[in-house]
Amino acid sequence: MNSTSSRRPQTAAETQDRVRAGLARRYRAERRFRAYGIAAITFGVAFVIFLFGTVFSQGVSALRQAYLQIDVFYDPEIIDPAGNRDPDDLMVADYQSLVRASLRERFPTVEGRPALRELYSIASSAASVGLQRRVTADPDLIGQRERLWVLADDTVDMFLKGKVSRSAPEEERRLSDAQIGQIDVLESQKALKLRFNTAFFSNGDSRDPEQAGVRGAVVGSFLTLLITLLLSFPIGVGAAVYLEEFAPRNRMTDLIEVNINNLAAVPSIVFGLLGLAMFISFFGLPRSAPLVGGLVLTLITLPTIIIASRAALKAVPPSIREAALGIGASRWQTVVHHVLPLAMPGVLTGAIIGMARALGESAPLLMIGMVAFIVEVPTGVLDPSTVLPVQVFLWSDLPERGFVERTSGAIIVLLLFLIVMNAAAVVLRSKFEKRW
Amino acid sequence: MPENRPSPPIAGSSRTIGSVTTDNPVFACRDVNVHYGDKHAIKHVDIDVGRSEVLAMIGPSGCGKSTFLRCLNRMNDTIESARVTGSIMLDGQDIHDRKQDVVQLRARVGMVFQKPNPFPKSIYENVAYGPRIHGLAADRGELDEIVNTSLRRAGLWEEVKDRLNHPGTSLSGGQQQRLCIARTIAVNPDVILMDEPCSALDPIATARIEDLIDELRESYAICIVTHSMQQAARVSQRTAYFHLGDLIEVGETKKIFTNPQAKLTEDYITGRFG
Repeated sequence: MNSTSSRRPQTAAETQDRVRAGLARRYRAERRFRAYGIAAITFGVAFVIFLFGTVFSQGVSALRQAYLQIDVFYDPEIIDPAGNRDPDDLMVADYQSLVRASLRERFPTVEGRPALRELYSIASSAASVGLQRRVTADPDLIGQRERLWVLADDTVDMFLKGKVSRSAPEEERRLSDAQIGQIDVLESQKALKLRFNTAFFSNGDSRDPEQAGVRGAVVGSFLTLLITLLLSFPIGVGAAVYLEEFAPRNRMTDLIEVNINNLAAVPSIVFGLLGLAMFISFFGLPRSAPLVGGLVLTLITLPTIIIASRAALKAVPPSIREAALGIGASRWQTVVHHVLPLAMPGVLTGAIIGMARALGESAPLLMIGMVAFIVEVPTGVLDPSTVLPVQVFLWSDLPERGFVERTSGAIIVLLLFLIVMNAAAVVLRSKFEKRW
Repeated sequence: MPENRPSPPIAGSSRTIGSVTTDNPVFACRDVNVHYGDKHAIKHVDIDVGRSEVLAMIGPSGCGKSTFLRCLNRMNDTIESARVTGSIMLDGQDIHDRKQDVVQLRARVGMVFQKPNPFPKSIYENVAYGPRIHGLAADRGELDEIVNTSLRRAGLWEEVKDRLNHPGTSLSGGQQQRLCIARTIAVNPDVILMDEPCSALDPIATARIEDLIDELRESYAICIVTHSMQQAARVSQRTAYFHLGDLIEVGETKKIFTNPQAKLTEDYITGRFG
């Protein structure tokens, strides 16, 4: 600062000059700040678009799957040689042969074991499962002929989706020239095409990509979150109400408050270890169960819900409490009739944030065994199951090309879940919001 | 009406000038002290509140008049650091006695606050809330009756009768304050405490509230804290002047404003400070 500007202005004109001299600098600073802000937002939006773009471009193809149309003859000689329609025999019969026979019928010229093996591998090994289901459900089908769609093998699926190059040398692709020829024939007969992938939504996990679905993980996530919500919402809101409205302010409550804040920052895998030691080793609850997962996630979400609920309760104007107390409402009535309803939007936001975090949590669930390979779709909270983020983690680790798109597909399902939850939060908020 | 109960004696050390006692008081406060942590906010206050009278409490900001008012329905209980000592007798029963339930006390001693604070519910629900939690109405018809009467007595009925299900917060400031008064009288209190009820209102709304106070005086004892000396002069029969936690002077309003005995009172009402 030079000597003239450090002198305090004496007259109004001098003051005006001084103000004018600084104006340009002040506006420049403001413009600079705005530019920083716009840059930061652009940067963030670009990343989000990139993320969603890659996930969707990779995952959308998981919604379609190659299906093969076969004319199947339910040959009584093969599936029911004894002829007594015994359900146990029908369960374990050789349906694979039926699929193979139908493929042989379509390509009668193919001969020799290696060539036939190549032909058979166009259909998924899961194709026979569909046949088995149909026959056990309706044994009258035996001896009849039927035309139906079954899953094609995942290499065929990849080929139809253009992920196996026709021009690559034969020994470098997973389909032989003969197989490609057969695929072309089937396609021209409209007996092989990409259809909506129902298996992805109706099946549990599988080692075969074409059979693997998210149903098991979705149901597992749902059951786990249900337990989490049922436990953490009432406990969290109850704790917040007690601490905020009833507890005396003393050293003990200060200590509890500090600890709750610290718990919110504890890495989630630590809670997983705690869950393993407490719920599984000590209480003997089953491994990999949504019940245990829900208990662990409850521990993780509780601090978030308590902190958010306390903030929401604190934001309710004291005048409302005084109004209720002033006409003789008890403290409990004051809280239940007035304070809690007004705090509800904030409480719900906290709960949804906590639940969203729980939905995306995978590390602690690995510790309690929800990482196991589970084919069956869980039917209860004690059945072994996995959850969506863990399913993503599992699939991302597998070498088959088919699992790459399924990984992204599972991420899309996970994101849809989150969007639905957030939409629910917005709806609930606006429902509870009261204008002053 | 309870039997005539003489005013309890006052300790000889009282420094308050004027007539602290009344005949057959509703409230008889003796040697009331309030501490906020280390701060001694109310010092050895003795005062009676008579039936069917309006007692105005005046004094400069921070003199403790609101604090004292809040002692009368134990509203200070909600402030963690506040400690109230001394005896406050409501019809001969100490309100700090273990036998006195605080919920019952507050139903009997209603309060109207500085800023209108209707519940963010309908006008009807605002008035009906008190009777409902205390179980005063047997059925919907009785509840309607209570709401109707309370709103009429608060002079609000004509303005809101067609929109009882509108939110209470949609009313103007003055209407909101009358709604709060209706809400208070809906539970049939003996005493109504008013903590600067007009400080957030315009002069017309203020005039309506003052008229209302005058009408309500016939049925209720009213204690009003006010910063406006004109208001105290207009609505009250007795006036108490507080200064820095001391009750300096109590007397008939006319006497206090025309012929104050204490130097501090005189300085305040003549506008030398405050």
